[in-house]
Amino acid sequence: MIAVVGAATIVFKGIGPVALGGRELPAGLGGVVQMLAPALLAALVVTQLVGADRKLVFDERLLGIAAAIVAIRLRAPLLAVVLVAAGVTALARLID
Amino acid sequence: MGPVASIVMSATTFAGSAQFAAASVLSAAGSVTAAATAAILLNARYVPIGISVAGVIRGRPLRRLLEAQLVVDESWAFARRPDGRFDRGLLIGAGLVLYVCWVGGTAAGAYGGEALGDPDSLGLDAAFAALFLALLIPQLRSPRAIVVAVAGGLIAFILIPFTSPGVPIIAAGAASLIGWRRP
Repeated sequence: MIAVVGAATIVFKGIGPVALGGRELPAGLGGVVQMLAPALLAALVVTQLVGADRKLVFDERLLGIAAAIVAIRLRAPLLAVVLVAAGVTALARLID
Repeated sequence: MGPVASIVMSATTFAGSAQFAAASVLSAAGSVTAAATAAILLNARYVPIGISVAGVIRGRPLRRLLEAQLVVDESWAFARRPDGRFDRGLLIGAGLVLYVCWVGGTAAGAYGGEALGDPDSLGLDAAFAALFLALLIPQLRSPRAIVVAVAGGLIAFILIPFTSPGVPIIAAGAASLIGWRRP
């Protein structure tokens, strides 16, 4: 399992840079690729926040992310935002 | 998974979400095939991610192949400049730091993890959500990017109950087609 997943990952990551090597993408495709970041990051937020194995779970993580949003609005550094989210979530789970 | 297996996986499959997906399928008594499929599907996103950074990864093909392995969600998002291009130094630098911490952290966790207890009780799941959110917000500089993010988030939300972990993230990549521009 580890060998197959490892080999697949190395190929996935390498295929673009090896094949394209320093060249830029055509403009139309470039627009799509630029939008991959917001699309995938938003999906990662959602799956990490309410995702479980084939179900949606709304739990203490929501309190953690609410605290993180406050921290982001206060322009806290990235590490502080992450620690606030973990701390609030852990505290809520402790109380629960 | 044994300690050595975990460390080998971190060194070769340098992509946390796929490793977590594989581990969660295995710990839920899923088959090895299901675990590998989930991890491979999850990592398919590195094809477009790799293409997006191809412009700043240079040198001979073997060197490009090795440098490309340093690209993970975090180093990629970290190195992305507001104009949509990538900072080569940040990409490689952040990737190297993350790689060392990741493999080292895996070794520490594999041998000392029992003492830590359940990572979820520490709020690490919410911490990752916050990390991705904090990385997302600077990307939302144009109305189009906001639409794409909302669409990507919705696609993931709708698919979570119906698909294996990992599939919602890949499917959300389709939202980027909103960014298509006529050449």
